[in-house]
Amino acid sequence: MTGDTGFVLRLAALLRKETRQMLRDKTNLAVGLLLPVALILLFGYGLSFDVKNAPIALVLEDSSPAARDVVAGLQGSRYLDPVGVTDIAAAERLMRVGKVEGIVRVPADFSRQFALGQARIQLLLNGVDSNTASLIESYVNGAIAVWAQRQTDRAGGMAPAAGAVAVVQRLWFNEAGSSTWYLVPGLIVLVFTLIGAFLTSLLIAREWERGTLESLFVTPVRPLELILAKLAPYLVVGGIDLALCLLAARFLFEVPIRGSLAVIVIASMLYLAVSLLLGLFISGAMRNQFKASQLALLASFLPAMMLSGFVFDLRNVPAVVRAISELLPATHFMRLIKTLFLAGDNWPMILRECAILLLYSGALLLAVRRTLRKTLD
Amino acid sequence: MSAFLSTLAQLGALIRKELLAVIKDPANRVLLLAPALLQAMLFGYGATYDLTDVPYAVLDQSRGAASTQLLARLDGTGVFKRAATLDSPQQIAEIIDDGQALMALSIPPDFESRLAAGLQAPLQVILDARNSLTAGSAASYVASIVADFNRDRAGGGVTLVRRAWFNPNLESRWNIMPGLIATLSMVQTLLLAALSVAREREQGTFDQLLVTPLTPMLILIGKALPSMLVGLVQSTIIFLIVRFWFHIPMSGSLLLMYLGLLIFTGATVGMGLSISALSLTMQQAMLYTFMLVMPLVLLSGLITPVGNMPRVLQIATYANPLRFGLDIVRRVYLEGAGLATIGLDFIPLLAVAAVTLPLAAWLFRNRLS
Repeated sequence: MTGDTGFVLRLAALLRKETRQMLRDKTNLAVGLLLPVALILLFGYGLSFDVKNAPIALVLEDSSPAARDVVAGLQGSRYLDPVGVTDIAAAERLMRVGKVEGIVRVPADFSRQFALGQARIQLLLNGVDSNTASLIESYVNGAIAVWAQRQTDRAGGMAPAAGAVAVVQRLWFNEAGSSTWYLVPGLIVLVFTLIGAFLTSLLIAREWERGTLESLFVTPVRPLELILAKLAPYLVVGGIDLALCLLAARFLFEVPIRGSLAVIVIASMLYLAVSLLLGLFISGAMRNQFKASQLALLASFLPAMMLSGFVFDLRNVPAVVRAISELLPATHFMRLIKTLFLAGDNWPMILRECAILLLYSGALLLAVRRTLRKTLD
Repeated sequence: MSAFLSTLAQLGALIRKELLAVIKDPANRVLLLAPALLQAMLFGYGATYDLTDVPYAVLDQSRGAASTQLLARLDGTGVFKRAATLDSPQQIAEIIDDGQALMALSIPPDFESRLAAGLQAPLQVILDARNSLTAGSAASYVASIVADFNRDRAGGGVTLVRRAWFNPNLESRWNIMPGLIATLSMVQTLLLAALSVAREREQGTFDQLLVTPLTPMLILIGKALPSMLVGLVQSTIIFLIVRFWFHIPMSGSLLLMYLGLLIFTGATVGMGLSISALSLTMQQAMLYTFMLVMPLVLLSGLITPVGNMPRVLQIATYANPLRFGLDIVRRVYLEGAGLATIGLDFIPLLAVAAVTLPLAAWLFRNRLS
């Protein structure tokens, strides 16, 4: 019984100390609360894969009505911003200096070849930005296919029509195909990963460097109490960040939240605990602020951005790299939060991913405790 | 003359001390060199937009020759892989919801007869757009296969002949990897520079440095050069992996790329040292660095093009050295761009270096705790 009250008393004292220490250095709190806001604005407004008004050059070497008509479909598109250029040499110069992303060239014999059923249109692309280049190609392809179809329909009276397959496309979960919808849920993962990395990764290392951890060894404080006291204040900061992210997602960017809010909050807090514990573990294992901060930076931001399925789809990744990314807690939380936002409650997935996150937090808790064992070297 | 020589000797001593402080510890050496290698390999394989594996389900209610032919074309790409053959529309939701298939094709019963009658036959394509980018690529791939199919059936039409400069197969790896030469080294160099003065402040040795005969300018150079060196070594490691492991051909001048990297690293270190001079503790230096690294990377054009950003942010990116460092490396590497084409990129970089480096030197003296 006395042991229990001792635990509570010690925890309360430590909590008071950690909270004061966090509040004393205003940069901590400022970054903890400002960074999410900055990221929300950047993600919601700044980042987009949706190409708009990509500049392309149009070279019409054939002045027939058919040639002019085939490229007319490109004019009205909100994806492309075509400019007429007199000859191919001038267009290539524009592309070389980066003024246009692509060149559509209708050759001089276009209408003659079209009558023979073998017309060609040339598309030159600047392949450096491969993603934009692919998008431009599919827009141009689409515009030409629509035109060709119309021509066939018009000729339908004379020639026996062959019929055509029309693609009717439906995008599930993200009906508008907007990249904001899929980036914003991932934002929560990124924010939490960073908070864990930068707020907790120096906490223990600093105490080692200053020798205050050794003084704690002569007190009755136990490692678990220390860990809980170091975690709690940042869980509160993380909770505020989560609220900010959810509000922005819902009201600023109008991303649907199709899963239940309770599950989102529970899963997020679980991941936050994993992330904070990972920071503490790095801190405890390195015992040195320089190493801890370098490692925290390396272990958090870039893997969470590049390997968690945040931007790059893991389906396209070789098996070895996929296996590595499955080791990251961020990957599991990413999969879960995207589904919760866009698709809804999928219980088998919720239980599986939450169990994995719980496993991670348990394992990390034990690992952090080990680093805090009362030993001197 | 002798004064100059002794200054040089002092500077040499400071640089040696700074370098030793960083690389004396074997763990630090590993921490500064291994991640560049590891990340370049991992991201080289992991960071790709190119579809390699699209599992799809098919609900073929027509079971005719035309639908079989169309599906054979899909399977022939090697990218689309049939994950399931469905019997009823209800199964579509099931298989898409839990991610077994990225795409479901639904072919109506009258598909064959409508085609034979010369009418339009709808092919319904349902995509899991949780990742809108993947869904978009898969959709346009299907659209181009269908367009080819239609053209071959009609026996003519318009063919779009694509030729992509600088990256003939439009591989996204070619776009991202050269970008990493600048990005990965920047992240660590910035933190290295940011911690350099903050650590001495926290340990109290910076005040000692200030009472030595070294001027703030010399301290600045002594602090900047080792960080820049680490940054350039990291860039070189990544460059070698990009060039010789991933075999991405380099078209431009190595010298110009390194000139760009040198100035870029200078601007990065200038920002790092300014942070460092402003921070009283390592914790603060680290927080400020994090605060800066995120927007620098996100607004650089590494993963989303700068051209897609709103106007205001595009203007803000002029203060972002990574945007221009990235542009120089990418364009020199892939396009073989010369100084005449990318010369303008150097101006913002030089401007950032010209502001941050003197600012850091000034802050050394004027920001005492």
